[in-house]
Amino acid sequence: MFSARDEILARIRAVNRASPVPIPRDYERTRTVPDVLGLLDERVTDYKAIVHRVAEAQLPDRIADRLALRSVSTMAVPSDVPPEWRVPAVTWLPDEPPLPLAELDTVDGVLTGCAVAIAETGTIVLDAGAGQGRRMLSLVPDYHLCVVRADQVVTSVPEALARLEPGRPLTFISGPSATSDIELDRVEGVHGPRTLEVLIAT
Amino acid sequence: MSAPRVALFATCLTDTLYPETGKAVVRLLTRLGCDVDFPLAQTCCGQMHYNTGYHDHARPLARDYAATFEGYDHVVAPSGSCGAMVREIHPSLCGTSPAVERTYELSEFLVDVLGVTDVGAYFPHRVTYHPTCHSLRMLGVGDKPLSLLRAVKGLELVELPQAEQCCGFGGTFALKNAETSTAMLADKMRCVQDTGAQVLSAGDNSCLMHIGGGLSRLRTGVRTVHLAEILASTEEEPWASATR
Amino acid sequence: MGVRNPVTWLGSPVFPKAAHEALADTQLRRNLRKATTTIRTKRAGVVAELDDWERLRQAGEAIKDDVLANLDTYLVRLEKAVTARGGVVHWARDAEEANRIVLDLVRAEGADEVVKVKSMATAEIGLNEALEAGGVRAVETDLAELIVQLGDDRPSHILVPAIHRNRAEIRDVFRRGMAEEPASDEPRDLAEAARRHLRRKFLSAKVAISGANFAVADTGSIVVVESEGNGRMCLTLPETLITVMGIEKLVPSWQDLEVFLQLLPRSSTAERMNPYTSVWSGVTPGDGPRRFHLVLLDNGRTATLADQVGRQALRCIRCSACLNVCPVYERTGGQAYGSVYPGPIGAILAPQLAGDMHDEQAASLPYASSLCGACYEVCPVRINIPEVLTHLRAEAVRAKGKRTPEAIAMAAAAWVFADPKRYEAAQKAGSLSRLLARDGRIKRLPGPGAKWTDSRDAPAVPKESFRAWWRKNHVQRS
Repeated sequence: MFSARDEILARIRAVNRASPVPIPRDYERTRTVPDVLGLLDERVTDYKAIVHRVAEAQLPDRIADRLALRSVSTMAVPSDVPPEWRVPAVTWLPDEPPLPLAELDTVDGVLTGCAVAIAETGTIVLDAGAGQGRRMLSLVPDYHLCVVRADQVVTSVPEALARLEPGRPLTFISGPSATSDIELDRVEGVHGPRTLEVLIAT
Repeated sequence: MSAPRVALFATCLTDTLYPETGKAVVRLLTRLGCDVDFPLAQTCCGQMHYNTGYHDHARPLARDYAATFEGYDHVVAPSGSCGAMVREIHPSLCGTSPAVERTYELSEFLVDVLGVTDVGAYFPHRVTYHPTCHSLRMLGVGDKPLSLLRAVKGLELVELPQAEQCCGFGGTFALKNAETSTAMLADKMRCVQDTGAQVLSAGDNSCLMHIGGGLSRLRTGVRTVHLAEILASTEEEPWASATR
Repeated sequence: MGVRNPVTWLGSPVFPKAAHEALADTQLRRNLRKATTTIRTKRAGVVAELDDWERLRQAGEAIKDDVLANLDTYLVRLEKAVTARGGVVHWARDAEEANRIVLDLVRAEGADEVVKVKSMATAEIGLNEALEAGGVRAVETDLAELIVQLGDDRPSHILVPAIHRNRAEIRDVFRRGMAEEPASDEPRDLAEAARRHLRRKFLSAKVAISGANFAVADTGSIVVVESEGNGRMCLTLPETLITVMGIEKLVPSWQDLEVFLQLLPRSSTAERMNPYTSVWSGVTPGDGPRRFHLVLLDNGRTATLADQVGRQALRCIRCSACLNVCPVYERTGGQAYGSVYPGPIGAILAPQLAGDMHDEQAASLPYASSLCGACYEVCPVRINIPEVLTHLRAEAVRAKGKRTPEAIAMAAAAWVFADPKRYEAAQKAGSLSRLLARDGRIKRLPGPGAKWTDSRDAPAVPKESFRAWWRKNHVQRS
């Protein structure tokens, strides 16, 4: 008896075989943008996320400000974020050993870094690398505070994909969780974090 | 330079039901210096058959077309839909031919080949224009018809809301899916009436037959007039209202 | 085999009949008009932002054509890459086989409930019904799918299956189907209600089932594009993930995604980028599911591939742009198409996957179009939908044979058109219809023409055709 695999492949091979199709790649690889960070700021804000631009040295202060303003008391965090990000006055729960799901569901928020950010589309990409942790860490808490370094920002989607390693688990985030399912109009806030706050560090 | 020899491909619909449009094209092109002929061997481009799924019946008609219109400098059709059938579909039925390659929808011919937008027309009415789907999307005539209309003396052009939405004709679609077709027609008529225009123009008598049939049934008083008839109308020989 | 493909719904009426009922529903038409008008305008705006949009479309078309031309090579490559990264690949010839594979996998995990990410492939094969028959409850977690599921309804749109429902109707569905009812019919409150309703299910689910938007053959990476975060929940939290994917969803290389991640969001939700896109390759220890199964589904795709003209439908990336611009869809809604694939793409995809043009309902779908071409204009992978529609109409005609009244009338018309003399004689005979006319208009035609005069006047055939005039005025001259 033929296996399904053999049969499907045989059906495909029975079809008239075309020669390789040339792929025209004359679309733009990047875009000319005078102020890339400004564009990222504008586009992320467009999705109703909160964006701040901050000098690298001021990061801990701004993190402290933001958390105080939101009256946050417990924050999950990948164990390898820069120690100075874990500002006082907040209980930090490092994900080492891995936080149980039930506990993650009770924290006020999560602080992570990112791998790449795409200015044109207002997208932040996490690749589970340094300062980002497992995927569920940035998913279950209702508030996500994300630090983007200026050197992580690219202009276009092709530039971003070229920087990413496809074997890693990747999450592209463009604003807070949203839906267009009611009358095809976008509203923010469904299952993912309902608040996304981004600190662009320069 | 001798006058270009232009064959009029009237289309079966215009030939049979709207002779005034055919006469208007002859008058207009002659005025613009063309030597116009109407080869009597022409019948139909085969679009109805093709679009309904009778490709085998359409094929000989496509072949006849290539033979009938061979040897002219240009072929001009007062129809985006039949023009598109010839240019976009005939090659897939029986290969391309000089006739197919030299076929133009009227506004294309005027603007691209003759290089005119002001054809010296006079039409003192408030007009709105429906860009028919095949002229727009298959032939890509763009705003050529509008630029021709803008140059017509006395004509007040009003913009048609949601102009690019299909009127619902679609050939045998109008019969096979009559109720959906009618629902689309109702919306198109509402848009036409919202403009307050006295005249609705288009480059296809098929769509005008459909919209005009609806406007007439509702006794709206809006007249439908083919683009060719507006462009042929002059102060000396103004458009005479033939019923539609 | 002879098993019916569930891609079209059993017992659905032919399109004109289904449309008749839909057109009578004025609420439905209002809902659809509002939703499609909103999305059309937004799409046009975000597409206009990219001056290389046409070049991206051409690249998208070419990449998908390359996939179809070398499908066997890329499938085997994907299988190898997924397996190397700890995933298990399964192959399914048809819906029944795919459903059985999934049910067996769920049972092996000892689960009696699964959470689902919105997926066209699993809707196409009727997986939820098959799971239920096997004692497993499938919980839809996408907001629109949830609305359809709780309302015991059918989907009517590829992207937003509940597009036919407005906020007030959705509130009613939630009131009946949820423990805690929504605070109001504001979309924000409705979304909040869905969040509360599903939260516990996400946190406790053992098995999740998803579809795939793309799969990268080179790397074994699977891509799911979504908005709400329900996808991330399903793809990340459960221990076992089962992905069902049509065999045409491949792209050859990682780089190819740079094209589709630009084309898809702008075409579907009219956003520069959708809120969340997840990419995973096999299993990552310590992060996400510990077991990953990929089910590769044929279910009519290889038969579609064999059709030189029709195969372009397999380029489809399920964006829904063609539905949103279709004047027929806007008026009839999606359920009239009798398939999970409605609208212009459904009219060419559903009958091809179903593979039986003797089925009246499937054969009526390619006629559900005025051939206006708006669908082709917006399609991000340049599927020439009107071309395929007329191609499939020819197949429908072939299946019906030469004896139908329509075929006889068409043959007669072709006979008349084949000879200018016969044609002219017919014109003269036709001018007798003037007897029916008043002021040049006919209010009622007999026979099939009545379908025309039900809502429009018909023009009377004038006394003199154009050619008769020409003959009189020009022929003697030359």
